[in-house]
Amino acid sequence: MLSEFTLRDDEKIIFSLRSLYEKYGYEQYKMVKFEEYDLYAKNKEFLVSENIITFNDTSGKLMALKPDVTLSIIKNTEDDPKGIHKVYYNENVYRVSKSSKNYRELMQVGIECMGDVDGYCISETLSLAAMSLAAISERAVLSITDLDVISYAVSLLTDSSRVAADLLALAGEKNLHGISALCEKEGISEDKCALFRSIVSLHGQSNSVIESLRRIIPACPCLDLLASTAQSLEEFGDMIELDFTYSGDLNYYNGIVFRGYVDGVPTAVLSGGQYDRLMEKMGRKSRAIGFAVYLDELEGLFRGAKEYDVDTVLIYGENAPRKALTEKVRELTAQYGSVLALKAVPEKLRYRQKIEF
Amino acid sequence: MDNFVNVALPKGRLGEKVYDIFEKSGFECPSIREPNRKLIFENEEKKIRYFWVKPSDVAIYVERGAADIGVAGKDILLEYKPDVFELLDLDMGKCRMAVAAPKGFRDDRSRTLRVATKFSNIAADYYNSIGRDIDIIHLNGSIEIAPILGLSDVIVDIVETGATLKENDLEVLETIVPISARLISNKASFRFKSDMIEKIAGCIAEAIK
Repeated sequence: MLSEFTLRDDEKIIFSLRSLYEKYGYEQYKMVKFEEYDLYAKNKEFLVSENIITFNDTSGKLMALKPDVTLSIIKNTEDDPKGIHKVYYNENVYRVSKSSKNYRELMQVGIECMGDVDGYCISETLSLAAMSLAAISERAVLSITDLDVISYAVSLLTDSSRVAADLLALAGEKNLHGISALCEKEGISEDKCALFRSIVSLHGQSNSVIESLRRIIPACPCLDLLASTAQSLEEFGDMIELDFTYSGDLNYYNGIVFRGYVDGVPTAVLSGGQYDRLMEKMGRKSRAIGFAVYLDELEGLFRGAKEYDVDTVLIYGENAPRKALTEKVRELTAQYGSVLALKAVPEKLRYRQKIEF
Repeated sequence: MDNFVNVALPKGRLGEKVYDIFEKSGFECPSIREPNRKLIFENEEKKIRYFWVKPSDVAIYVERGAADIGVAGKDILLEYKPDVFELLDLDMGKCRMAVAAPKGFRDDRSRTLRVATKFSNIAADYYNSIGRDIDIIHLNGSIEIAPILGLSDVIVDIVETGATLKENDLEVLETIVPISARLISNKASFRFKSDMIEKIAGCIAEAIK
């Protein structure tokens, strides 16, 4: 039987996420640890980190330890634009950590939904993302961006792809003064600049943000769709937030993109969105949406969370009868969950109670 | 996480000026003015906590969530590209990132340009944008001495008044980007403490108008 001491906090989360995804009909996708390097070389910008661990296999082919799961799933899943494939994974990936600049093995859990992705699929994915965050922490925020809204707003300011990229980068930093300076430099009128700044400043509950958007960009054709997506997430209340500070790559993502945050962790612990453009780039006709939960980011959340290393310490003497001691340990294990039997308590061991045998 | 807003201030003259603005904006913490060696100061009533850190470390404290907000130079933000929100230009600590060389220097484009700098990424981005092949020599200080001793052809460094350059017979060739202090915020903190962080940013924006 599993007790609270048997599973680590991250393992508990993995189990609850797996059972959540299976409940919604997602099948587990198991994969090998490596892929041909070419797959990643062609889609480097899609990867979180461009550094990849490579090696030659026995036939001399250049292989890579998986830095990402989504690309492998796309490559190895049948393109079925009229059907739907829903998979989840629980895999290790190998990337360079931004802080340590060294390679790390990271556990990642996530889902991918590919094929005829309709409005329901988008709402279901967002709901699963919100439920995944709720499984991690009571205080969480799922921050949703609609790239179609941002692209529409940018198109009102400029036709230049260079200026558009700069505007999006500044929006990703919530850098309003930077947006003003760029607009001034590029000769974009103050009215248009103010419109863009007010969109970038927006964040908060879906209803109030959509109301503001209807006032700022009433002609934007994607507002009704965004409103119906937001409506389908009403059950999650304050956890859902709309904002327009997404800083990812528009060559891969489109439509709805999102990031998940939990209180006490300084970076996003969940990231995902629609990636129809990546599918197109890889020659697929299907649409797709998915997300990943970065379990390594949760380490800080669990640090110090466990009060004891073991529930009960059983101290026995040199001449303790072995059979009776074995029975006592078994009895205490059944009663208290975890028991450490030894002759003296090690320094710094944290335990709830000590029993002398 | 407690409900205080943690503010990382850069140690030194600029940090003291920055604190003055926070105080003027209504987020005072009287204990910070007391003569002592403490590093962390809080105002329980205003739910704000300040701490002094090395100026170049402010962005790290904010990016990694030890501070919710902080004040960092644009030079540090451009060099390390931390994943943070840049909420305000405080219009203080103004200077510029520039290329400087010994007076009379002429760039020989048939050779690789040797560039000494503390800001390797800014220098690489700049020369990449103009398609110039360079060799970066990363130094941690006294950059001005590099071209004098023949270690480099030019330097990329912060120029405030230009007095140090002048005293060493160097001159500015090109301004790469103007620099000033910026109010930055951790992206996760902004989601959980947005009311307070936006209130602080709004009051500061008013105070520096």
